Amino acid sequence: MDAKLKKDLQKTACRIRMGVIEGTFHAKSGHPGGSLSIAEDLAVLYWKEMNIDPQNPSWEDRDRLVLSKGHCAPALYAALAERGYFPADELKKLRHTGAMLQGHPDMKHIPGVDMSTGSLGQGVSAACGMALAAKISGKDYRTYTILGDGEIEEGQVWEAAMFASHYQLDNLCAIVDNNGLQIDGPVAEVMSPYPIPEKFAAFGWHVITADAHDLEQLEAAFAEARTVKGKPTVIVQKSVKGKGVSFMENQVGWHGTAPNAEQYETAMAELKAALAALEAE
Amino acid sequence: MSEMKKIATRESYGNALAELSAQYPDLVVLDADLAAATKTGIFKKACPERFFDCGIAEANMMGVAAGLAAAGKKVFASSFAMFAAGRAFEVVRNSIGYPHLNVKIGATHAGISVGEDGATHQCCEDIALMRSIPGMVVINPSDDTEARAAVKAALDYNGPVYLRFGRLAAPVFNDPASYRFEMGKGVTLREGKDLTIIATGLMAWEALQAAVVLAREGISARVLNIHTIKPLDEALVCKAAAETGKILTVEEHSVIGGLGSAVCEAVSGKAPCVVKRIGVNDCFGCSGPAPELLRRFGLTAEHIIEAARHLAR
Repeated sequence: MDAKLKKDLQKTACRIRMGVIEGTFHAKSGHPGGSLSIAEDLAVLYWKEMNIDPQNPSWEDRDRLVLSKGHCAPALYAALAERGYFPADELKKLRHTGAMLQGHPDMKHIPGVDMSTGSLGQGVSAACGMALAAKISGKDYRTYTILGDGEIEEGQVWEAAMFASHYQLDNLCAIVDNNGLQIDGPVAEVMSPYPIPEKFAAFGWHVITADAHDLEQLEAAFAEARTVKGKPTVIVQKSVKGKGVSFMENQVGWHGTAPNAEQYETAMAELKAALAALEAE
Repeated sequence: MSEMKKIATRESYGNALAELSAQYPDLVVLDADLAAATKTGIFKKACPERFFDCGIAEANMMGVAAGLAAAGKKVFASSFAMFAAGRAFEVVRNSIGYPHLNVKIGATHAGISVGEDGATHQCCEDIALMRSIPGMVVINPSDDTEARAAVKAALDYNGPVYLRFGRLAAPVFNDPASYRFEMGKGVTLREGKDLTIIATGLMAWEALQAAVVLAREGISARVLNIHTIKPLDEALVCKAAAETGKILTVEEHSVIGGLGSAVCEAVSGKAPCVVKRIGVNDCFGCSGPAPELLRRFGLTAEHIIEAARHLAR
């Protein structure tokens, strides 16, 4: 990854994080923790990896992203706004009555959202359907899906894992965001999904492990996924829940709590400082 | 009437899919290890490249169907009613219903006429479940002619549709040459003025039989066949309520939440009248040959006649 691209993606990830804080603060609810942990994924996917056209969100040959962990919609919305799918002002109306941006992704009303999700374990199945549709039609678009590490406790995820492998969906790339925390506590204590790479490997997937906040590792992982034939790929990424906002990092309480005014100011100040530092380099 | 041809509507479903496969190149059919029983195996044989077995994993199948539809395919996802509407309910609701995707759910083995498999496989709650999802069309065809036409109509409609098919061979009483299926429109099978029998699915033929006997007794029963339970043909139902004053609903489904409930909801506001509901009375089924079970659970022409006599009095 060249230095300029890396700097640009770092800044983009930072802006996505600012959008997460902006959205959840104005909503007075939502899920900042897991949204902050996937900012680099969204930056790499929407600015580097995916073949998309924000002017034509329903372009049938586009690459698709299904946010299976739909509660992290604030990050997806921030990325889509930043990418030009809709005005950033919408983020301030997140979760408001009558607003476009619903608490969880809504494909019918939000440009750029490829699948309605929110009920955990379902998005990955829809992603399988999209990948299968490409195979049937002989199209070369790719489908990406992001799952939470708590989400993979849902049995449907493993039904989908079996399906993707059985039908050799090598045009499907899943990301499991292993931030280690779910609502009731550490995933290892609530209902351990570990070991994650071995489980997917046993289901016939090509498995790549990566640091979720290392842009070069993510770029390499997505590039490797493209070369894999005959099986789907999963990137199991170690991440920090709440990444980028000091008081939210690795704190389970920030799974589904919005910042108050004071916390909002602190978080935004930190992110603005981080962005300024990147711009000054 | 003994020489009447009998065909299970699941057969009609499989045959219709196969026959329509060439006309609808975007049609994709999914099943969950029941292709031999749901009869999607007929489509699989005709069009193997567009048939995908999802294995015994109905939740994932419904999600895959949603993804295929989101990518432009016309999808039929098939299983027994118990698993399609029951087990996979929340996936159907959130991944198909909420985004209003173009997925057709072909649910076979509905009702107690499943027979020997017993209560675990006899779904009498599916109409209630599917009817409660906003935007979901619910169709329960009465015979082979209607079932085939319903499959085509569902394909021509852009949005989620739940189609309910039976395991038991049913008399073919709609003439394929003249029959026209219109989604959301009820069919008046017989005129009458003393009461209206509103039936769906397997019970439509029983209702028609009952009306013939009732006529001999001097009771003039109108018979409506409601193949589309949602959206209900409220105009036809309310007209019947206003003109005959009494309604008897008949369905091979729980009396809670199905056709009877839908009719009550319609007439209570627009044409209040007495409504008696025949159906499975808030209980589970049991094992046994289907014809015996239909008698045991009160779902025959004889039971309709008895209830109509009381109502007409």
